[in-house]
Order: sequence, then C-alpha cells, then structure tokens
Amino acid sequence: MRGLGVSLHQDTPIPLAVDFACAPGEMLALVGPSGSGKSTILRSIAGLYRPVRASVQVDDRVWEDTASGTHVATWQRRVGLVPQSYALFPHMTARANVEAALGDRAPARATKRADELLALVNLHGLENRRPAELSGGQQQRVAVARALAREPDVLLLDEPFSAVDKLTRGRLYQELAGMRTRLAMPIVLVTHDLDEALMLADSMCLLQRGRILQHGKPLDLVHRPATVDAARLVGQRNIFPARVIGHDAAQNTTILDWRDYRLEAHHQPQWPPGTDVSWLIPPSRVLLHRRDRPSRGEAENPVTGTITAFVALGDATISTVRLDGSEGRALTFHASRHVAERNDLAVGVTVGVSILREAVHIMPASTPARRG
Amino acid sequence: MDWTALTLSLKLGALTILVLLPVGILVGRWLAYRSFKGKAWIEAAIALPLVLPPTVFGYYLLVTFGAASPLGHLWQGAFGRQLVFSFEGLLLASVIFNIPFAIQPIQRSFEAIAPDVREAAACCGMTPWQSLRRVELPLAWPGVMTAMVLSFAHTLGEFGIVLMVGGSIPGETRTIAISIYDRVQAFDDASAAKMSAFLLVLSLVAVALAFGASRRIGRRFG
Repeated sequence: MRGLGVSLHQDTPIPLAVDFACAPGEMLALVGPSGSGKSTILRSIAGLYRPVRASVQVDDRVWEDTASGTHVATWQRRVGLVPQSYALFPHMTARANVEAALGDRAPARATKRADELLALVNLHGLENRRPAELSGGQQQRVAVARALAREPDVLLLDEPFSAVDKLTRGRLYQELAGMRTRLAMPIVLVTHDLDEALMLADSMCLLQRGRILQHGKPLDLVHRPATVDAARLVGQRNIFPARVIGHDAAQNTTILDWRDYRLEAHHQPQWPPGTDVSWLIPPSRVLLHRRDRPSRGEAENPVTGTITAFVALGDATISTVRLDGSEGRALTFHASRHVAERNDLAVGVTVGVSILREAVHIMPASTPARRG
Repeated sequence: MDWTALTLSLKLGALTILVLLPVGILVGRWLAYRSFKGKAWIEAAIALPLVLPPTVFGYYLLVTFGAASPLGHLWQGAFGRQLVFSFEGLLLASVIFNIPFAIQPIQRSFEAIAPDVREAAACCGMTPWQSLRRVELPLAWPGVMTAMVLSFAHTLGEFGIVLMVGGSIPGETRTIAISIYDRVQAFDDASAAKMSAFLLVLSLVAVALAFGASRRIGRRFG
C-alpha cells in the first residue's frame, strides 16, 4: 500500500468509527463540527492518542495496530504536525525551532537546512526571532517549516488557519497550495471551514460524532451529499421531502411530487417511482424571475411565494421565500445585490423563482422526525 | 562567628539540593503530567512538612531513624554507626523536610508547559529524554531555580527538625541555626547577632537572585 491508511474504532470516551486512506500527494480534509472527532483522528495518526481499536499504516510501515499490539511512539513516527496553536518552542528562535526537528545532523548542516526551509515558507530574514516576536501568520509558517523539517511520511494540519486574520489566511492558502505541488506525501487537513476544504483539498471526509458521513470530492459532497445529515453539515438549507412519480429517460428527467408542485429533476433512475425521498437545491441554483417582465426560463420548475427574510451581505443577498401552498415551506435563494435592487426585493414582496432541474439532487428520505 | 557550623550548613544545603534536584524533577514532572486516583493523597503527603510543627515532624524522623527502627537497624548494620545524631541522618532529614519546597515549584512549572508544546517535541522526533533536556527543562527552569533556592535557604534556617534528629554535635550536626541558638543560650549576643545578620543577608540575596533570574527567563520567552 502507498500512502496513509487509517482505521479507528471505539465507543467511549470519544466515539470513533472511521476508515479512510490518503494517497501520497493527496490532501484530505476532515470536515465536521466541533466534537466530531477531527482532532482526535489527527492525534491518533500522530500516536498522541490511542483509540481502543486502531490501525494506522504509512506505506508499508505499521505505526499502530491494536490487533497485534503494535504501537510506534510518536517520536519514532515520521509525522509532521502543525497544531492549531502552532506550539512553537517559545525559548527557541525560529531557526532553532526548525532545527529541533532535523534530528542529529551536524550543526552547520542543520542550520543550512533550517534556513532553506524558512526561506521556503517566506520567512527569510526572520531566522533569529523568537515566536513571541513573530505575528500569527509568521508563527504558523515556522510551524509548517518545522513540520517539513522532520521529512515526514505524513503531514498533519490541525485547523492551521484558524488563528490568523483573514488577509493572512488568504496568503497562507496560496502558499500551501503552491507548496503542495512540491510535496509528495499524504496531507491530512482538519478544518471546520467548508470553504477552506473546498479551496485546498482533493478529497474530503465529512465527520459527525466520530463517524464518516461521506467521503468524496469536496464539490461532490457539497452539491450531491449522500444523506440529509450530510447535506445539513455542508450547509445546505433547501432540503425537502417528496415522492418520486416517475422517470422520463428520453427527456433525461425524474419527476417528483412535492406537495402542491410537480418538480422536474435531472434523470436519477436509482429511485424507483413511489419512493419517498428528500431532495435539495443549492440556494445559488434558485433563479429569481424578473418582476417587471417575463423572461425565458420561467417554465423550469416555477414556484411563487412571499419573501419573509432578506439579508444583504456585501455584494450578495440572501432571501427566504415562504412558498404559496406547500404548507408554507421556506426556500432560500441567493441573488447579487444589483439583481435584488433592480427587482426591489424586500420582506413582504411576492416573487416567482425557478428551481433549476440540473441542480435538484435526490437523497434518501430523512427520518420522519426531521422530515420537512 | 562559628565557621564550622556555617560550613556544615552550606554543605548540608548543597548536598540537599544535589539529592533533591533529580527527585524534584522526576516526581514534579510525573505529578504535573499524570492524573490518577489517589493523586491528591500523594500531593498531601508531599505538602505535609509545610503544615506539621517541626518538632512533630522531627519526632517521627527520630523514631524512623532510631537504632530500634528497621531503617536505623539496617544503617547500623551497613555502616557500623547510627543514623540519628550523624551528618548522614541530618542530610536524610533535610532532604525529607525539603520535599515540598523542591517538588511543588517544579511541578507547577511543568504544569505550565502547554501540552501541545510537549507533543510538538515528540512530533519533532525528540526522545522523551531529549524533550526533557531541550524543551521541558528550559521552560520549567524558573520553577527548578525557585525549588533549589527555597530548599537551600530553608535548609540553612531549619531548626526544630535539626535539633530533634541531629542534636548539636560540632562539625557533625551543629548547623548555623543551632549555633545561633547556642550562642544566645550562652549570652554571647555579639556572635548571635553576627551570624543572624549573615544568615539574613545570605537568604535575601539568594531569594532575590532566584526571583530575578526567573523573571529574566520569563521575559526571554515573552
């Protein structure tokens, strides 16, 4: 096997039931709310936490295997960890921090290598500063350089961008993305920020209470979550129950009965007619009808309702519409600010919108308690 | 000035530190990092010399070290002399009554090291020993320093326990604190005053140096 293979299972004290792999050069994002076990998984890979049943393997080396009683101590694992707090050694300069991970090299060679790594993360000239004399973003980069100094078999990043300001974060994203092309090791990124995962990761594990809800490509997970739970975790709000009426393969269409509406979705034949399902539509795929005059595209799943909430966020706006009929279900849609202004969007205004059929995604029906 | 007593006190203080330093680091670190059932009892036992009257503590040590006790008996058999009223017995007593002064500051300073910094040391490939030497001890240094100074100063000043366990044998167990008491008893106020002043200045300087050093190290780490 090449790359990282992880299998962690236990019921208490922190429930865990995860199995995943990460290939060399791949960046895998572990995404989930706090308490979903993300950091525990990372710590288990590093050997800092030992679940009841665990197997951690890198290439052909076994780091942890509770079945055979194998446990390689953290300091014997080649693992580069960038913790959330960076955890730099406060009494050492940036250079000494990096040197600390270089092992038993001759001092001159260690210094040379440390300076190279610091230059790699754009910290040239700051080698002699102590952590307290560095900004948050600079500390984060020292931590990355120190993790790379270990020449790790696996790079672990635990919410590495959470403690820096937004501007710095943007720069660090670019740096990391650039550096990734040169690193041929599995990289596991823990984050609760979905956008971060979308931007940086090749694949993504969606976690909830220590379990993987879904593992796949980040955009797939967001647009085509496998379950209603996964959909809610990736921030989807327009999730509704419906029943499959039938399919029209020739028209590439699946037809849903959504209470007062007959909804067309793109063809998803895995759901037999008569099945109760849930479906979602991303707010960006609900299109506002122009209020002054009719336009093309209004024939596509048209629904009407009254705006009950309207929020402007910079150049974007978010509107919530209570639909006519359909038990007053609320549909959220995004519109750019100028579109909203041109159409006089405001609370109380009646609007028509189209639910784009290509983006209608069908999932198994959620449990009755959560229905609707 | 009783130079013999002063030399004895300094020797006792230095040797006490020498014995207590590794013990304090090992036990202090262990207590700082581990949590287990009964930890409060161990910590209470360590703090006991702080709250017990020196005479009570000295009495128990005297009983424990006495020729009739297993320890005293063993000592007598091994070295052919008794443990009580000897320098070795005094040193042992000094080590025991200084345990809280040595362990508590060291434990607190190890507790103050962020766990993720220790974990980072392991992730850097440092063995537990390297981690202790290169990361933990430098960070815990102010506490170690405080422990050493407090133990030393406390050894110079301890009176009750020394008298109980060591008596007042010149060159063997008569420390400067006992000597001062003797001088006062003998109405030799001039000597008592000289020695007292010397002890006062020495203690003040030692503690001030330790505090200053701790603060300097603290500043260095920002």
